[in-house]
Amino acid sequence: MVTAKDFTGEESAWCPGCGNFGILTALQKALAELNLEPQQVLLVSGIGQASKLPHYARGHVFNGLHGRAIPPAIAAKLVNHELNVIITDGDGGTYGEGGNHFIHALRRNPDITLIVHNNQVYGLTKGQASPTTDQGVVTKIQAHGVPVPAFNPLAVAIALNASFVARGFVGEPEHLKNLIKEGIQHKGLSLIDVLQPCVSFNKINTYQWYRQRAYKLPGDYDPKNKAGAMEKANEWGDHIPLGVLYLNPRLVYEEQIPVLKNGPLVKQKIDTSKIVKVLEEFC
Amino acid sequence: MNLDYNIVIGGKAGQGLQTISDALSKLFLRGGYEVFTSQDYMSRVRGGHNFFMIRVSDRPVSAQKPKIDLLIALDQETIDLHWPDLEPEAFVFYDGESIHLSREDKRLVSIPWDQIASTIGGNTIFANTIAVGACCGLLNFDLGLLAGLLQEAFAKKDPKIVETNLKCAKAGYELTKNLKSRITIQSGKTSGKMYINGSEAIGLGAIASGVKFYSGYPMTPSTGILNYLAGKSDEFGIVVEQAEDEIAAINFVAGASFAGVRAMTATSGGGFCLMTEGVSLIGCIETPAVLVLGQRPGPSTGLPTRTEQGDLEFALSAGQGEFPRFIFAPRTPEDAFYLTQKAFNLADKYQVLSIIMSDQHLADSGWTLAKFDPDKIKIERYLLNEQELAGLKEYRRYDLSETGVSPRTIPGASRHLVIADSDEHDRQGHITEDLHWREEIVKKRLVKYKYMQEEISLPIKYGDNAAETVLIGWGSTYGAMKEAVDLLNAKNRKVAMLHFNELWPLPVEYLSRELSKYDNIVAVENNATAQFMRIISGQTGILSTHKILRFNGQPFYPQLIVDLFQKEVITYGDR
Repeated sequence: MVTAKDFTGEESAWCPGCGNFGILTALQKALAELNLEPQQVLLVSGIGQASKLPHYARGHVFNGLHGRAIPPAIAAKLVNHELNVIITDGDGGTYGEGGNHFIHALRRNPDITLIVHNNQVYGLTKGQASPTTDQGVVTKIQAHGVPVPAFNPLAVAIALNASFVARGFVGEPEHLKNLIKEGIQHKGLSLIDVLQPCVSFNKINTYQWYRQRAYKLPGDYDPKNKAGAMEKANEWGDHIPLGVLYLNPRLVYEEQIPVLKNGPLVKQKIDTSKIVKVLEEFC
Repeated sequence: MNLDYNIVIGGKAGQGLQTISDALSKLFLRGGYEVFTSQDYMSRVRGGHNFFMIRVSDRPVSAQKPKIDLLIALDQETIDLHWPDLEPEAFVFYDGESIHLSREDKRLVSIPWDQIASTIGGNTIFANTIAVGACCGLLNFDLGLLAGLLQEAFAKKDPKIVETNLKCAKAGYELTKNLKSRITIQSGKTSGKMYINGSEAIGLGAIASGVKFYSGYPMTPSTGILNYLAGKSDEFGIVVEQAEDEIAAINFVAGASFAGVRAMTATSGGGFCLMTEGVSLIGCIETPAVLVLGQRPGPSTGLPTRTEQGDLEFALSAGQGEFPRFIFAPRTPEDAFYLTQKAFNLADKYQVLSIIMSDQHLADSGWTLAKFDPDKIKIERYLLNEQELAGLKEYRRYDLSETGVSPRTIPGASRHLVIADSDEHDRQGHITEDLHWREEIVKKRLVKYKYMQEEISLPIKYGDNAAETVLIGWGSTYGAMKEAVDLLNAKNRKVAMLHFNELWPLPVEYLSRELSKYDNIVAVENNATAQFMRIISGQTGILSTHKILRFNGQPFYPQLIVDLFQKEVITYGDR
């Protein structure tokens, strides 16, 4: 029987009280409850505090470049679709540096779980605005306040017909764990944006700030209603909805690639005998 | 007398130049001749001046020649631009119904192909076949071969189209068969050779090497590889992923290789700029990959559809930090086919990136070459086998070793976990800031060079054994340089050539020894600053005495090298 302990990795370098701990614990529990072995899981990340998570959990790890977690994750899934591929990356990496990959991953819809640690600030570089920092927030770089509205990842994902769009909060650990479980089980790209306080550099969006505003979507909420989902995605400020905002089951990317119908690419025999016939095309 | 005949087909993009060129090249191949076909086109989908140059010979050719024996002009501009290059006994085929020339010359032969095509086939689309037929008529070339070619091309579509095309070809043939051509080309036995361009050869080489994943973003002149592999992906079980940008492309490749298959990307200079962080990632996580850099003239967007060898120093130093890499530069498509295999095998053996330097000249030019031998291709992966994996109590991906190469396995091959990190990492692959270990792992990565060096084949040495002058070149300049050496030695210039296709790691000891034998060291490069020579100088301390450089966007041709040699190398009194 697999337990959350089986997913314990290296000692962490996160600040005490960091919201990342909550995401790590929720992920470890989710993996154990789904009875997955570390060998069946590939954790992919970029750079930033969030991206250190794979080292602190257990599984195969591809900790790549800043903003570039998504491409190697999709490639690994295409090469070996038996792996459970989970990305853990920050708001800067996913929505800023890697924005183009984010957009096109949503279009492709590979069967990958994308967990975004959204603390609305840059932590590792010490306190600059992130794409999700609210307009008007003062930082040492944005001394007159962030001049532009925040990036809304959930609205963008819904607009692009993403198949699974959710928001969690580390202050709701059980709810978050269940969201991650649902995301892993969902066929297609599951975006889980997780509200996560940065205790060192974000003095505004604290545990208390989120607690006062976050609420769980009611049981009768219909996540398959796109217009309703868009409305919820645009709710921010005094009320912040948590849960699966949008569900849109659609074809999974790797299932549309004919070559992969013969099993995982990595297990397919290399047969180059047909080259002889191909050479005739040049004669 | 040696046969050496040059045909130029010129016109606007979209007029079917490629169709005519492909048909003629294949006809000559099947007639047992050697062909070298190059193309010069503008960066646009329609219009502009574009031309294909087909050099036909009875001995191997791998370079252009400037003088034209037959000009097939689909527009007036072609006639005006190429007029000075026409041989005195040349012919110019054009449609006098649509092109009205003020000049008069016995070389001009009007063939109203649009009108004939409309009469025979009810559509001017058949005009190109008439032009091909006219070419065959002039050279007294076997029309049966053309019939066979048309059969292959159109039989699947509609037998009627084959018939109409044949009628058109015959009409063209009849109009020119009585012209007095300087030469006639009698179709002989087939040579058993193949006709292929550099992009196709690299694609085929990758397939033969067992490539399973290709990702790229279209960029001239590398797109041919993407096109070729996409066309063969179902047949050979290859995932071809058109990436959203080149950053994604190389990160796809890194992820695919990490997950366990051979992976490749191709791009040109601008795309390679975007890939450089990925190049460094591959260097850091020691994951094998192959990258084809199809060069075109820069800086920046430069001349998108022309050729240059301007990115060698960039390829050598691309990516932050210090880490090993291989650099190859195929001379011909045949070389490209086999070198692609070597690039894959050595990438796997040393867990590094192999860069293959191509350029527009190699990518787009067509050669007749000995048919590739797939039996010569060996796929060597250098992964831990099941037994070795079962015997490992603990797996450490980045363990130290004498060669610097660590044991490699892939996720899912065993119970062992595989860790890769772009941060500096410990033996397992986990992030570390242990500064003592940092020195160990840097040394581990770089010590590979010692063994990589031994894998590199020496350059081809060609020419006069008692040469006083050596020409140094690399990559796609091979054909033009080799022919130039012959021309120079025919004038008793005592010239040899050292021509490289495996550039890095550089054979430093060999070069230091070899270059000391010559009075004159002449760098011949398709760039403005002799980059390869600068690399040689940096490694050996030996400088060139002269440089022969071309950077107008076009490749060298033999006579140009000879002319520049007379100008640059021969002192005034010697001339």
